[in-house]
Amino acid sequence: MRKFEKLKSRVVPLPIENIDTDQIIPARFLKATTREGFGENLFRDWRFDSNNQPKADFIMNNPTYSGKIMVAGKNFGCGSSREHAAWAIQDYGFDVVISSFFADIFKGNALNNGLLPIQVSDEFLDVIFQAVTKNPNTELVIDLENQTVLLAETGDQESFEINPYKKSCLINGYDDIDFILNNKNLIEEYEQSK
Amino acid sequence: MSRTLVEKIWDAHVVKREESFPDILYIDTHLIHEVTSPQAFDGLRKRGIPVFRPKQTVATADHNVPTLNQHLPIKEELSRYQVDMLTKNCAEFGIELYGLGHPYQGIVHVIGPELGITLPGKTMVCGDSHTSTHGAFGAIAFGIGTSQVEQVFATQCLLQQKPKTMKIEVNGTLGKGVGAKDIILYIIAQISAAGGTGYFIEYAGTAIQALSMEARMTICNMSIEMGARGGLIAPDQTTFDYIKGREFAPKGAEWDKELAYWKTLYSDADAQFDKVLSFKAEDISPMITYGTNPGMGMGITEHIPAIKSQPESEQFSYQKALEYMGFEDDKEILGRPVDYVFIGSCTNSRIEDLREIASFVKGKQKASDVEVWIVPGSKQVEKQAIQEGLDKIFEAAGFQLREPGCSACLGMNEDKIPAGKYCVSTSNRNFEGRQGPNARTMLVSPLTAAAAAVTGKISDIRELL
Ligand code: SF4
Repeated sequence: MRKFEKLKSRVVPLPIENIDTDQIIPARFLKATTREGFGENLFRDWRFDSNNQPKADFIMNNPTYSGKIMVAGKNFGCGSSREHAAWAIQDYGFDVVISSFFADIFKGNALNNGLLPIQVSDEFLDVIFQAVTKNPNTELVIDLENQTVLLAETGDQESFEINPYKKSCLINGYDDIDFILNNKNLIEEYEQSK
Repeated sequence: MSRTLVEKIWDAHVVKREESFPDILYIDTHLIHEVTSPQAFDGLRKRGIPVFRPKQTVATADHNVPTLNQHLPIKEELSRYQVDMLTKNCAEFGIELYGLGHPYQGIVHVIGPELGITLPGKTMVCGDSHTSTHGAFGAIAFGIGTSQVEQVFATQCLLQQKPKTMKIEVNGTLGKGVGAKDIILYIIAQISAAGGTGYFIEYAGTAIQALSMEARMTICNMSIEMGARGGLIAPDQTTFDYIKGREFAPKGAEWDKELAYWKTLYSDADAQFDKVLSFKAEDISPMITYGTNPGMGMGITEHIPAIKSQPESEQFSYQKALEYMGFEDDKEILGRPVDYVFIGSCTNSRIEDLREIASFVKGKQKASDVEVWIVPGSKQVEKQAIQEGLDKIFEAAGFQLREPGCSACLGMNEDKIPAGKYCVSTSNRNFEGRQGPNARTMLVSPLTAAAAAVTGKISDIRELL
């Protein structure tokens, strides 16, 4: 897993609630057996019409907005457990997703892939949306070590929560399997005690 | 100390607990399917390690399989490749596979219970969010992502934060034509598609206890649709009777020992839940969804809630959902024409669902301009339906009985609802495009689906019984 430290980037705003993983990556694109290439079909049916032409009114087709940070409405990533959703977002080029609320499985999947989900307050989410609407070049600074999100222009800032174990995984590029495998003797003891 | 049922099962499976770390939780049974496993198998190969406990892993092919002519090779190349990969991976890593053509093949959440693999007190996971279904037996069962599938392959364990607990009670007696699907759609409409996030839910109360095992599975199945990690119901005599005699259920002395343990699996009378909600069965009517998440549901005779009645910050998304559905706010949904009826999915494709539909449909005909698909949850359900002559009833009514799989629940195979068409569906998700690009889904109970099939429009089943 890639290491995550600090990021300064512009943002792509998606002010829609309850974005489910079927929108992020529709089921018909889940047939691949590797982790790569899903970015192409990220938000497929929002990005492209039935003739595979980009839909002009969808924000990701608007060159005004770009960056490594996606900001979305609350309850992001609900629905299916497909990790392909996290892979697609990352493969497209995002390193961070900000929302005021994440679905559990999505959050776990993102963290397991080094994609950082940041939960901010409804108010701060609104502050970000307004700042980006006013100025699409708005930049955010994500500081994982200090657990803060900062609006570079205004200095508005909020801190976010992250499980300390998961934080160290992201910073060091470890994954859970390394951790559990180090406890294999305990697993075998547990099995014998049953 | 008094504990909830979730805490009892959870604590019994903790391999290691350490301050500020997630627990290492032991997983008794791992279910896998073709879509979320290939990358996990690849991960094992890259690490050069085997599946740690292959005997505790069971595989089936369901998401991607055709529901017609299953005896022929799968036509669609990518789907065939994915199913072939599963076969190869299972052979290489020593995992039992109930693939196409096997008498036990079916939707992963249908076969676990019917084979007696799903048992009270177990921890069970699957790379599929509806793993919560197995909670109906008093198990801790939840969906995981592919990295976690790899974790369980490698270690038979997961790193997991202990969830918060919520109790949802439903007391009283359900009205005529109202079933388990209506209960769960009602609860989700009340607490929203995110109302359960972070919680493990225990369903309780007299209306829940009165349900059959299959109806309980319908309830637990949709726990994830309110964001919950999982849902479960304390096992009781109904549970034990259902399990007894099933293929892989414990037998003889083993049965007696297990049964004695299962009888300790309930929340202590004074156990503390983080949240408790209570509903009355009498308040629940046949439900239908009008929007693009399962929380957008209402009684079938009600009007779609007005846009301006929604919180201001959510009005944009709400309006977008109604536009997608081609609906206007503050209007009725009753009487609107329907193009497709899909009866299937891990929510409602078991034998009781099919029996209930058959008993209503017997002697009736589908409306001429509606296409009706019935997709049984498993080979065993299909076989049972044929043995009971339900296939004849469906055929006479003009319903197509297909072969088992996920089918139009997620439209990954060729069973897709065409763009713009309305589908009344017994599945669990009405997300945009879930049943095919631009398809419009309305979630209902099996009886309400049958009523729409026969009348060709959204109908109140209570008037037809
Ligand atoms: S039937 Fe639908 S919800 Fe159930 S496992 Fe299959 S795709 Fe998932």
